Amino acid sequence: MTARIGVVTFPGTLDDRDALRAVRLAGAEPVSLWHRDKGLHQVDAVVLAGGFSYGDYLRAGAISRFSPVMETVITEAKAGMPVLGICNGFQILTEAHLLPGAMLRNNHLHFICRDQKLRVENAETSWTSDYSAGQEISVPLKNMDGRYTADEHTLDELEAEGRVAFRYLDGNPNGSLRDIAGITNAAGNVVGLMPHPEHAVEPLVGTGRTDGLGFFTSIIKKLVNA
Amino acid sequence: MARVVVDVMLKPEILDPQGQAVQRALPRLGFDGIADVRQGKRFELEVEGPVDAAALARIDELAETFLANTVIEDFTVRIETDEKSEEPK
Repeated sequence: MTARIGVVTFPGTLDDRDALRAVRLAGAEPVSLWHRDKGLHQVDAVVLAGGFSYGDYLRAGAISRFSPVMETVITEAKAGMPVLGICNGFQILTEAHLLPGAMLRNNHLHFICRDQKLRVENAETSWTSDYSAGQEISVPLKNMDGRYTADEHTLDELEAEGRVAFRYLDGNPNGSLRDIAGITNAAGNVVGLMPHPEHAVEPLVGTGRTDGLGFFTSIIKKLVNA
Repeated sequence: MARVVVDVMLKPEILDPQGQAVQRALPRLGFDGIADVRQGKRFELEVEGPVDAAALARIDELAETFLANTVIEDFTVRIETDEKSEEPK
């Protein structure tokens, strides 16, 4: 079977095209999903791509979270469907309470755009099984509101349960607590991170490496073996 | 039409770099003696019909689920009364 992986486009989404392309390069069938359409068109997994949905009005992800497509995504994610939130997608996942915590303005108040080194802390999620725990990867990071925040109790719980999926290396780019770049839910099917693996899937562009491709090959293996 | 005001502020323990940037600019502008600044949001809701307990409960729910993210923010809801005229400048 060929896995069908959907990528949602909200008004203001920027990276849906790159995410669709990454899905195709990894070997799955990319499916465009539209924010006003509740239907997920028989996809096996969903990517919430980066950008500035609804102009980040109110808070990043706060308005998109209530869109028709998210009603279905939230229900299906709770039932086990794999969902990956990248950047704005991560912000939407926290606003939808599919992942704990919240995202705040970078502590230095500047937009940041650079290649970012990360350590994969959890290689057992639906989206990270093609990496090994402790592996260091480099993918682009570009955001204004990337400072991951949660209360101490939540942070301790995430650490204890191995749910910090990615940590920033070589300097924290935004003041995120405990250098957190991405987290997973307890079941491992919902993963969110600020950096952009979909921009690092071809040697020609991005970091010049393909360190991000593993997200998409991981989910395909997971779906095909399911 | 009655106006209901919802004020949303970052929780005290959450770092507010925007507020800090404002605070740091004050001495340059000649405003001394401001020890701290925290920046928040104010929403003015023009409510159709009476602002009774049921309406306020709805607005409370709206503020809790949408206007504020209670993971990082606190909010207050209050009715703005007509009697309160503008403060003399």
